[in-house]
Amino acid sequence: MTTMGSLILRTASRFLLPLLLLFSVFMLLRGHDEPGGGFIAGLVAATGFALYLFAFDAGRTRELMWADPRVLFGLGLLAATLAGVPPILVGEPFFTAMWWPIEVPGLGEIKLSTPLVFDIGVYLVVLGGVMTIVLALAEAEE
Amino acid sequence: MNPEVALPILIPFVAGSLSLVFFRSNAAQRWIGVIGTGALLVSSLVLLYNTWSHGVLVMEMGNWPAPFGIVLVSDLLGAIMTVLAGIMGFAVAVYSLPSISADHETFGYYPLTHLLLAGVCGAFLTGDIFNLYVWVEVLLIASFGLLILGGERGQMEGAVKYVTLNLFSSIMLLAGVGLTYGMTGTLNMADLAVKLPEVENQGLVTVVAMLFLVSFGIKSAAFPLFFWLPASYHTPPVAVSALFAGLLTKVGVYALYRFFTLLFSHDVGYTHELLLWMAGFTMITGVLGAAAHYEMRRILSFHIVSQIGYMIMGLALYTPLALIGGVFYIVHHIIVKANLFLVAGVVYFLRGSYELKEVGGVWHTRPWLGLLFLVPAMSLAGIPPLSGFFGKYMLIRAGVEVESWGIVLVALVVGLLTLFSMVKIWAEAFWKAQPEETGERARRFEAALPQSAVVLMVLPIIGLAAITVFIGLGAQPIYAIANAAAAQLLDSSDYIEAVLGVRP
Amino acid sequence: MESVMAVVVGALFAASVYMMLRRSLVKLVIGLILLSNAANLLIFTVSGLTRGKPPLIPEGMDLPAGGWADPLPQALILTAIVIGFGVLAFAVVLIRRAYEVVGEDDLDKMRSTDL
Repeated sequence: MTTMGSLILRTASRFLLPLLLLFSVFMLLRGHDEPGGGFIAGLVAATGFALYLFAFDAGRTRELMWADPRVLFGLGLLAATLAGVPPILVGEPFFTAMWWPIEVPGLGEIKLSTPLVFDIGVYLVVLGGVMTIVLALAEAEE
Repeated sequence: MNPEVALPILIPFVAGSLSLVFFRSNAAQRWIGVIGTGALLVSSLVLLYNTWSHGVLVMEMGNWPAPFGIVLVSDLLGAIMTVLAGIMGFAVAVYSLPSISADHETFGYYPLTHLLLAGVCGAFLTGDIFNLYVWVEVLLIASFGLLILGGERGQMEGAVKYVTLNLFSSIMLLAGVGLTYGMTGTLNMADLAVKLPEVENQGLVTVVAMLFLVSFGIKSAAFPLFFWLPASYHTPPVAVSALFAGLLTKVGVYALYRFFTLLFSHDVGYTHELLLWMAGFTMITGVLGAAAHYEMRRILSFHIVSQIGYMIMGLALYTPLALIGGVFYIVHHIIVKANLFLVAGVVYFLRGSYELKEVGGVWHTRPWLGLLFLVPAMSLAGIPPLSGFFGKYMLIRAGVEVESWGIVLVALVVGLLTLFSMVKIWAEAFWKAQPEETGERARRFEAALPQSAVVLMVLPIIGLAAITVFIGLGAQPIYAIANAAAAQLLDSSDYIEAVLGVRP
Repeated sequence: MESVMAVVVGALFAASVYMMLRRSLVKLVIGLILLSNAANLLIFTVSGLTRGKPPLIPEGMDLPAGGWADPLPQALILTAIVIGFGVLAFAVVLIRRAYEVVGEDDLDKMRSTDL
């Protein structure tokens, strides 16, 4: 796939990747009450890496991602599963939402919660899953 | 609030994600595999014990009350199936240690196995029909991955058919779920059991029931929807085949049992008559297909189809004894069928082929393996005092009681033909001498197999054979559990009360 | 509106079955895509089509005023779409690998495991 990347695409993807990643984190965090959430945010992040993959090649994309996509998938699955466990310790059923709002000076209230952990898990699962498949297809091509 | 209901789903998920995190280390994945499935087995036994002593257990996920949220429900049938999933998972995990090649391990064999077990346990424990669809998809995706592990030509060809037909059946399930929701406005099984009989247009209910019948018929490989099974089950590594043979089609059978006792028992004269015909033809086509083959895994695959017929027969006759027999038969079948695949795998590792014409003489070098094959083989054919005899006896007696002579005759004849197939494998693989043309390869394979690998492969076989003998000789406790499970299936008021809190 | 949707759903199912019965692997996957879309639209239609009535509760009230659209079917469809996405991604990888290994796009040439 190396021949596909034009100069414009390569330059653009360098700028777009960080923007898309930032946007994906924004989507992830606003997702509880407004449109967004882990799934769509994970897809946005994966789009950024996929764009980079089209512009460059699979090897460089792998280097750029800080971990193997399969590990991301595993960590995400683990986070999403374990997000259901804390309620058990206080005698509630699995996946009962628990909230720990904290005041951060200058930023306002931040709501830490088990749904947030779950959403981060979904984010990682989607990012890892999509990148595993896309990288596998790209490497088969090369 | 019963945390043990969710554990059989959570444990494989945690084990699966941990083995993905450590995917670079095969050794770590193996340890996680054995410990994870062991923990699953223990948790499922605890679940069965608690369900036995306290009645139907319910957990409302996320503290959303039924019928609005998703509930996990463990009645006796669900708990029994979960225990069987635990036994299979543990046996196959031990068997995989020597038999799965390092290539397959790095390709994600262990994470996929855990994911499959999570999907299977979820399907057994959920009390919500849409959630059932989700779990079925989870186990399907895992099974797709396992099926193409290795990527050989036969696997790809088998996988195309397997994937297409199973996706088609999932869509039928999804369409049925949608239509059910449109009719009743609920997805909770217990709530549906109350509301479905109140639907004005009962003809429409029967139509939806047929959608579910087609969907689960494909998943359980019942006649005339079974063609994908013999085309694909013999292609993956043998440990995967054993896991599939033990668990996957049984999810379809379990769903049939659940749906056609709890939800669609309003027009038994029509739906269960249809099931009876399916059962009869499933038995016959399966066993005849097996008779025509000379490859061990293909013979065993066709016998899965044929045995599914017995299980559906128990549901179709719909008397207390028939349901007891059906549940008993499922328990017996899962253990025995997986064990036969495991033995066939050992024969392969000793001789280098699954073709009966190319192997032989195992009895002369390893007579104990022959004995270990005979236990599940004779049990499958229904020879007393092994486990298959009691299952068949109850089913046939139930058939005699309602004077359904056709199905009784079919069940008896198919039993005989099963014996023929098993004796064929025994005579060819174990008794006759190793053919000269393939003798060189057989010696090479046998020499390459370390003693420790043989021990690890035979341990689960011995364990499963011991369970088979126990179910046969000590049939009384299993019968008692099956009896109670069948009673819960026939009278769903316990189930409904446990979920909704009111007696119907 | 319901009758139009019913025709659309029927046409989608028919088109997908037609595509799945073709011999080409790629058309098989197109058929699978159409099939899952058809099922999603079916759920959407049978659960009742309601226009312009979001299930939002105004401040100070217990129920939305003047009826509301059922949000649950949309949640079901969203879940089904996500699952369909995963399955189709797998199916695409599968047909690619199958094409590489078998060297044919023709399902009739994939019979070695049937015999």
